Amino acid sequence: MKPKRRRLTFVLIGMGLLGAAAALVLAAFRDSIVFFYSPTEILAKALPAEQRIRVGGLVEEGSLEKVAGGTVRFKITDLAETIPVTYTGILPDLFREGQGVVAQGRFQEGVLKADEVLAKHDENYMPPEVADALKKSGQWEHMKDAMEGAGQIPKGAAK
Amino acid sequence: MHRFANPTRFMRLSAALLPWTAGAALALIAAGLYLGLFGSPADYQQGESVRIMYVHVPSAWMAMFCYTFMAGASAVGLIWKHPLADLAAKATAPVGACFTLLALITGSLWGKPMWGTWWEWDARMTSVLVLFFLYLGYIALINAFDDPTRGLKAAAILALVGFANVPIIKFSVDWWNTLHQPASVFKAGGPSIDPSMLAPLLLMGVGFTVYFLWVLMLRLRTEIVAAKVRALRLRQVRSGAPATPSGATPLGAKG
Repeated sequence: MKPKRRRLTFVLIGMGLLGAAAALVLAAFRDSIVFFYSPTEILAKALPAEQRIRVGGLVEEGSLEKVAGGTVRFKITDLAETIPVTYTGILPDLFREGQGVVAQGRFQEGVLKADEVLAKHDENYMPPEVADALKKSGQWEHMKDAMEGAGQIPKGAAK
Repeated sequence: MHRFANPTRFMRLSAALLPWTAGAALALIAAGLYLGLFGSPADYQQGESVRIMYVHVPSAWMAMFCYTFMAGASAVGLIWKHPLADLAAKATAPVGACFTLLALITGSLWGKPMWGTWWEWDARMTSVLVLFFLYLGYIALINAFDDPTRGLKAAAILALVGFANVPIIKFSVDWWNTLHQPASVFKAGGPSIDPSMLAPLLLMGVGFTVYFLWVLMLRLRTEIVAAKVRALRLRQVRSGAPATPSGATPLGAKG
């Protein structure tokens, strides 16, 4: 019985230490693990001008405008701060106002000149009829709030 | 549990269960695929592309489930020295690796039309790729030793160390900003997925689990038989009897 107990405690202590080590490493590298920053975080950081960076949030309602030559201008918001973005190229199918997006590029005079725009969708799945019914019954806004709380709005953004 | 962990009893029990699990797995996966691909609605946002979910999500669940099972079996093997536990972990690894690869491939195929990219180094995707490499490392480590028991012991330690990655995969979408959306099914507040889509998804999940049980029993039976053959040969070699038939090499002779 003795060696079994010893091996059990050994494994348990080992796993505990390993978990603690993993947690410390992840906490230390938090900045390189996050895939994108929210507008609030971007504005709080003093970024070197030439640094490539990803900004994530929702495409602000009413901010999307098409400029000549396939260029689009829109604003990314986390409902607290907004970042203006310009992008030339093909947008993903899911791209639309109110949709979650991640844009990557460099800042030029306060505007993010993006060379890549990715769409981000939320964790809600439903048939179109259900979505329509929710919109009609007025529960959609409630749903949207829930979505924004979770999947769409970056973490660390203003709630 | 100890009652079923006896190899002889396991051989008898698994022989009886094999055809049933095989049949159930095929029926469940066929029903799940049919419901998922034809019998369920398109998504309000993603349209028909959402159907990739019915393979992608259960594969990802199984990738993590298999690793958890493998780490658990490895711990039992290390602590209580149970021979079946080590073999069960060994038998699980390639199955888990396949599920992980399937999740990665279907995720990539889903990511291109929806997000606009095949691959990004976001926390969820990277941690699942690490899981895949852990499986491959585990398999390689087992085969890196001449003495199978030493290989199993080293690999069991690797499986336990790598287990730290499993909670990271699960919670990566909650801890950090990721491109991947958070969990839809196993989350606080219940699933955020319409029942008409949840049903085929769960059907596939159960189907994949039963499939795993079937393949696990099949592989474990093979491992037990192989271990018996190895033990017999070793006994022959030790007793010095020239008992091996011509052509067959005794185990100790080959590298």
